[in-house]
Amino acid sequence: MSGPSDYQPSNPALQWIERRLPILGLVHSSFVVYPTPRNLNYWWTFGAILSFMLGIQILTGVILAMHYTPHADFAFKSVELIVRDVNYGWLLRNMHAVGASMFFVAVYVHMFRGIYYGSYKEPREVLWILGVIIYLLMMATGFMGYVLPWGQMSFWGATVITNLFSAIPYVGESIVTLLWGGYSVGNPTLNRFFSLHYLLPFLIAGVVVLHVWALHVAGQNNPDGVEPKTEKDTVPFTPHATIKDGFGVACFLLLYAWFIFYMPNYLGDADNYIPANPGVTPPHIVPEWYYLPFYAILRSIPNKLAGVIAMFSAIIILCFLPWLDAAKTRSSKYRPLAKQFFWIFVVVCILLGYLGAQPPEGIYVIAGRVLTVCYFAYFLIVLPLLARIETPRPVPNSISEAILAKSGKAVASIMVALVAAGALFVGTLQDVRAEEGGTKPPGNKWSFAGPFGTYDRGALQRGLKVYKEVCSNCHGLSYIAFRNLAEAGGPGYSVAQAAAFASDYKIKDGPNDQGEMFERPGRPADYFPSPFPNEQAARAANGGAAPPDLSLITKARSYGRGFPMFIIDFFSQYQEQGPDYVAAVLQGFEDKAPEGVTIPEGSYYNKYFSGHAIKMPKPLSDGQVTYDDGSPATVAQYAKDVTTFLMWTAEPHMEARKRLGLQVFVFLIIFAFLMYFTKKKVWADSH
Amino acid sequence: MNPDASTIAAGAPIEVDLSPVAEGQDIKVFWRGKPIYISHRTKKQIDEARAVPVASLPDPQSDEARVKSGHDQWLVVIGICTHLGCIPIAHEGNYDGFFCPCHGSQYDSSGRIRQGPAPANLPVPPYQFVSDTKIQIG
Repeated sequence: MSGPSDYQPSNPALQWIERRLPILGLVHSSFVVYPTPRNLNYWWTFGAILSFMLGIQILTGVILAMHYTPHADFAFKSVELIVRDVNYGWLLRNMHAVGASMFFVAVYVHMFRGIYYGSYKEPREVLWILGVIIYLLMMATGFMGYVLPWGQMSFWGATVITNLFSAIPYVGESIVTLLWGGYSVGNPTLNRFFSLHYLLPFLIAGVVVLHVWALHVAGQNNPDGVEPKTEKDTVPFTPHATIKDGFGVACFLLLYAWFIFYMPNYLGDADNYIPANPGVTPPHIVPEWYYLPFYAILRSIPNKLAGVIAMFSAIIILCFLPWLDAAKTRSSKYRPLAKQFFWIFVVVCILLGYLGAQPPEGIYVIAGRVLTVCYFAYFLIVLPLLARIETPRPVPNSISEAILAKSGKAVASIMVALVAAGALFVGTLQDVRAEEGGTKPPGNKWSFAGPFGTYDRGALQRGLKVYKEVCSNCHGLSYIAFRNLAEAGGPGYSVAQAAAFASDYKIKDGPNDQGEMFERPGRPADYFPSPFPNEQAARAANGGAAPPDLSLITKARSYGRGFPMFIIDFFSQYQEQGPDYVAAVLQGFEDKAPEGVTIPEGSYYNKYFSGHAIKMPKPLSDGQVTYDDGSPATVAQYAKDVTTFLMWTAEPHMEARKRLGLQVFVFLIIFAFLMYFTKKKVWADSH
Repeated sequence: MNPDASTIAAGAPIEVDLSPVAEGQDIKVFWRGKPIYISHRTKKQIDEARAVPVASLPDPQSDEARVKSGHDQWLVVIGICTHLGCIPIAHEGNYDGFFCPCHGSQYDSSGRIRQGPAPANLPVPPYQFVSDTKIQIG
C-alpha cells in the first residue's frame, strides 16, 4: 500500500505467484517493512484492537446466525436456545453481546486519541472522514443487532429510534413505514434488521480497508505530531508494532474476558430478558450505553425536529473537524490551551452519557441543555478560536529529538483517569432503575455469587420441590426441559431420576392418526408444561395480571444500585440484583399496608414490589412444603431455595462459564506477560 | 421495502362492539399493530375537554372536531405518543386523560397534548359508527 515493493520471495512457487499477483509484496510492504514512527505510545494500539474486535464480531456473529430465527414469534426463544442448548452457545452469545460494547469502548478511545493528537489534520483528512463513516456504520449495526433478541428493550428501542425519522417534514411518515415494512414495528422490521445487521459488518470491513489504505499513504501520526524525516525516526512495523499491538490486544482481552465470563449482563438491561410486548412500554427506555450522549442531546431540545437534527449533527460535525481546527500544531502535547479544553470536552461527553440514562425531568433537562451547548461550542467556538489566539510551545525538529527530550510522561495517570471515567459512563445505565420507588431488597449470601460461585445442589433440589408444589400452579417454566435436571451444573439428578420426574407429568401430544390430541406421560426431552394454555387465559384466571414465566425471572428483574455502587459492582462482580429482588418479594408481604398507602381491591401489599400493590397473594407460608433433608421449613428458607433454583433456570451454564473464565484468565495473564517481555526485548535498542 | 400485500390485507378495517364498555371505562384494541384507545367518557371528562380555550393549546383542536357528533361520549384515539412512539397510560396524568411514561407527555380527556415534549395530539384513526353501539375502524 505504500508504493511498489522490491520484495522477492525465495521460494520458487511463491515467486511464481508473486509475478502474477504481488500480494505477498503488498503484505510485506504494508505490515512488515512499513515504517512506523518510533515514538508511538499505547494509545496507538487501539487500531489493532479494533481490527481484532471486528474479526471477533464477524466470526461469532456468523455462527450465531446459524442458530438464530429472525421471526417475531421465535426470535426471543431462539436466542435462549442458543444460550442453553448450542455447544458453547452461551460463550458465543456473551462474546458477541459484550463484544459490541468493547468495540465501542475501543472506538471511543481511538477517536479521542485522534482528537488529542490532531490526527485529522492535513494530510489525513480523508483518513479521518473514513473513520467517521465507520463509526456511523458501527452505530447502525449495533442498533440493529440490539433489536434481534426481541426483548422489551429491543422492541421499544427500535420503536423510539425509527420514530426519530418521523420528525422529517413531509416524507417522515413514509420513511418510517418503509423502515418498518408495516404499520408498526413488527415481524417485517425484525427480518430486515437481521438482513442489514448481517450486511453492515462487511461494509465496515470494506471501509476499514480504505481506512488502512489511507493511513498507509499518509503515514501514521505520532504523539509529537512531527512527520518522520530520517530513517532514525521510524522502526519497521514488524516486529516492533506487531508485538506492541499484540500486548495491547492481550491487555484489552483481559477486560473483555472479565465481562464475558463474570458479568455478562452488567452492560445490558434486565428488561431485555422479557419478551417483546407491543402493548406495554417499559417505564424507562434507555439505549445501550454507547448511544447515551447522543440520546441526551436529542432529549435536551424541546422541539422534536430540532432534537433529531441536533443529534445527527453531533456526529456529522466530526467530519468537519479538520477544517474547524485550523491550528498549525498537530499534537495537543504542545498546545497548552487545547489540551485543557480537550479534557473538558471528554468530561462533557461522559456527563452527557450520564444524563442520557436519567429520566428527562427537572435538573437533568437543564444540565442536558447546558452540556449540549458545551459539546457544540467545543467544535464551533473553542477550536476555531484557539487556532487564532493560542501560542503553542515549540515543536521538536524531529521524532528522534523528541525521544531524547522525553521527560517520562505519566501515561499511567491518564490511563487511570480514563478507566475511572469509563466505569462511570458504563455504569450510568444501572442508575436509572433506582427511581422506581419501593424499598431496596436486602443483600443475601448466595452460593453462586463471585468468581468461584457454584450452585448449592441441595438448595436446587429443594427449590425445585417448592416450584413444583407451589409456584407451578400459576407460573410456567417453559424454557426448562426435564432433561436439564440431569445436566452438569444443575440440581445433580441422575438421568433415570429426571426421567422418573418427567413421567409424573401429563404432556399434550398429537395429533394422532385419528387427528386428535392426546395426553401421555412426560419424557426427559419435554419441557415443563405451563399452567395456562395462553397469556389471555392466565390473565383472565388471575384478575387481569398474567403470572410471568419464571425461567428467566432472576435475570429479568433488577433494581437500581445507584452511584457509586455500580462502580464497586464492576470490581466485586456483584451480579445478584435479580435473585436479591426475587427473594425479597417472596418475603415482602405484609398483612396490612402501612399508614397512607392504599392498595386497590384484589391486590396485596408488598414492601419490595415496585408500586407496592402486587396481584399475587402471599405464596409461601411456614411448613407448607415438607423438606426431606431436615432443612427448616420456613418462608425464608423456601424463598432462598426457590430463588437459587430460579437462578439456575435463568443461567444453567453458570458453573461452566466461571470455570472456563478462570482458565482463560490464567492463560491471558501469562500470555500478556510473555508479550510484554518480548516487546521489551524487541524495543530494547529503539528507545 | 414498503409493506407487502399480506400486511396491507391484515390492515383492513375492523369492527368493535362498544356495548360492554361502561361509562368511565376504556378499552384498548389493536389495529394495524397499533393500540387504539376507545374511551367511554364521563360527563365531567367531556366538560373538562370543552372548557379549555382552544387557542391556548399547543396543537389547537376543539374536542368537537375529535369526536363524532351525536356520539360525544366516545373518544377514539391511536394510543401512540406523538413524541417517540411509546404507549401512554389511560386515566393518568393531571388532565384526566393519558400520561406517557417514557418522557412525561400528558394528554387531556380529548387526547390533546397539554404538557411535555410531544409535538401533537394523539391522532384520531379513521372510523365511523356502523350503529349506535358499533364502530368500524379503518
